[in-house]
Amino acid sequence: MDLPLLLGILPEVILDGLILGFMYALIALGYTMVYGVLEFINFAHSEIFVVGAFVGVEILLALKAREWLDVLSPFLVLLLLLAAGMAVSGLLAVTVERVAYRPLRGKPRLIPFISAIGVSFFLQDAIRLFESLWRNAFNLVYPAMDQLNRRFTLTETIDVSVKSLVVILAALVMLWTLHLLVNRTKLGKAIRAVAEDQATASLMGINVNRMISLTFLIGGAMGGAAGVLFGIQYSLINPYTGFVPGIKAFTAAVLGGIGNIPGAMVGGLVLGLLETFAASYFSLLTHGAFGSEYKDIFAFSVLILILIFRPKGLLGEVVRERT
Amino acid sequence: MSARAFPATLIQRPVPAAITVMAVIALSSYSVAHFPRSIVAFMLFQASILLLYFSGVTPWLKAILAVLTLGLLMPILGTINGFYLEVAIQVGIFVALALGLNIVVGLAGLLDLGYVAFYAVGAYTWAIFGSPQANRFISETTAQFPLPPEWFFVFLLLGVLTGAMTGILLGIPVLRLRGDYLAIVTLGFGEVIRVLANNLDKPINLTNGPKGITPIQRPPLFFRPVLNLMGIEASPVTLYPLYFYFLVLFIVGVVILVNRRLENSHIGRAWEAIREDEVAAQAMGVPLVRMKLLAFACGASFAGVMGIVFSAKQVFINPESFTFLESIGVLSMVILGGMGSIPGAILGASVVTILNLQVLKGLSLWLNELRNAGVTILGYNLADLPSQFEPAKYERMIFGIILVLMVILRPQGIIPSRRRTRELREK
Repeated sequence: MDLPLLLGILPEVILDGLILGFMYALIALGYTMVYGVLEFINFAHSEIFVVGAFVGVEILLALKAREWLDVLSPFLVLLLLLAAGMAVSGLLAVTVERVAYRPLRGKPRLIPFISAIGVSFFLQDAIRLFESLWRNAFNLVYPAMDQLNRRFTLTETIDVSVKSLVVILAALVMLWTLHLLVNRTKLGKAIRAVAEDQATASLMGINVNRMISLTFLIGGAMGGAAGVLFGIQYSLINPYTGFVPGIKAFTAAVLGGIGNIPGAMVGGLVLGLLETFAASYFSLLTHGAFGSEYKDIFAFSVLILILIFRPKGLLGEVVRERT
Repeated sequence: MSARAFPATLIQRPVPAAITVMAVIALSSYSVAHFPRSIVAFMLFQASILLLYFSGVTPWLKAILAVLTLGLLMPILGTINGFYLEVAIQVGIFVALALGLNIVVGLAGLLDLGYVAFYAVGAYTWAIFGSPQANRFISETTAQFPLPPEWFFVFLLLGVLTGAMTGILLGIPVLRLRGDYLAIVTLGFGEVIRVLANNLDKPINLTNGPKGITPIQRPPLFFRPVLNLMGIEASPVTLYPLYFYFLVLFIVGVVILVNRRLENSHIGRAWEAIREDEVAAQAMGVPLVRMKLLAFACGASFAGVMGIVFSAKQVFINPESFTFLESIGVLSMVILGGMGSIPGAILGASVVTILNLQVLKGLSLWLNELRNAGVTILGYNLADLPSQFEPAKYERMIFGIILVLMVILRPQGIIPSRRRTRELREK
């Protein structure tokens, strides 16, 4: 085995893993917050994420068409993209909850889940329909922003692109803000109260429906931000991009302990790192017999193993089963 | 049971019903024969079968009429327009799949989002050994592939077995999970099977990867000498669709029979008890693990058989036929028809398949013609319509709308099962 080679790519692998991990963490927050409050897997969350990515690309393309992209500071553009993506995705998540989930509250568990699958499929094709009519194409590419693509060298073997750092920084800021919001404000306390016990929270004067909407808004906004960052990092998006990251992020949420916000971050990072390690080292370790295409199988196996051996996740409390 | 729901009294009483139904069937088949390219005429014919089911015709006459329409009229119409036979075969395949999933989701209440994996396992079982593919990993001295066509029938049974085995294999690790966790894991399993099919062309070439496997043996035309004796000279091109039609019809018949016997047996009741309340069922002495495994195995075995038929019918398969979309398609069939209801699953499968194959495709073709002709609607020239826009490509949207609307407006489905309706009303 070629140890120096394996070690040589290690820093780069870790960096890629961190980026992927923060992406998963941002998406996983949407799953975990909704699950914490409603005990329901919001299967349509992956499309909320994709909508964020498409809002970002539309704005960038519009800026580019007016040739403002080179004039404006890339960080200003990035802030604009994040704000727009978060707003649209957040509002979309709230709307989806109103239309497709709220009428089903209190029904057997599988019923709202099936509705969520329906919404997810509907949104995928709705995005495709919109882009097909609007641009006559639905595989879109994020226009490159030169200043974000610039690379600088840390040591002689490692060089980092600005956008990787920006992605990590943005994710960190958002996760920290969310942490403060949930744990340090009255609103956050209300959300936690609803998650604990809806009936009692309602007796204490908390508007449960509004808190549930707020949960969807925050989760959706995080998903939208992840979408924008995903687009900036990986460039190529289409309406069906969300499926795999969505499942992975759900895995991350379960890995960290679903319903648990720090758990989602830890789970996201762990899964992102594991997956990148698998993708980079599988083919090296098996001498090319199994390549990086098995990384999805790897992630699913992680999910199955956790659910079997530690269903409460790494940091999780015991999840109550409501049948 | 459902006849009462129909407003018209005419088709409830046996004699007028018999006359009406026969008239409608005759009229619609005549119109199909007369306008072989009209999709509306064929849909009328399909509706007449539905009418027959709902009508109050005396049971023996109903059975005779059903045999006549499905066993005689449909093949005749199919020879007039081959596309209709293809639609009928596809409907049959999906009816069997929907009935299989109905056992898992509808009866036992285990949401399986990776159902198409079992179908894929069946399809690849025959595809690998019924084509030269197996030569690539089994040394050529021991056996020569493809296997002779007669083996197809052996593989039909093997399909039941491999399907059931895969079902149990998936079932064992995930049985402790409930509800939506189970759904996600089965989804993952479906994806794993697809990724494996996509990538197992190395280090050993099992599945030939994304390129798929072809040519796959079709079943033997063992009845050809008989036809020749009767003086019928038919070429394989016309024979094979009819052959597959009857094969699928036969399998669907068996599947329906098995389903009905299961539903009313102690096994079916145990499944429904598990669906209603697992803890209570266990307290009443229902062996949870065995019953759940049995549900997985039964559902999967139907998919396995149909997979074998599918690969033989298509002659070519690749992983693209076994995506998550297919699983959700079958799920929406079950939910549309009514979870746990056998006639519901049949109707749901027919409606969705016909919608997909016939209505949407027809709409796309029609729109294309209008676009090419440059027709203007409400001041909008259709020639300006982007070429990306094609109704046939939006089946996800259709499935999505079906799922959401059904669970919100009519969670019991079009033809609900009686026990299920009661459950939904209580909660």
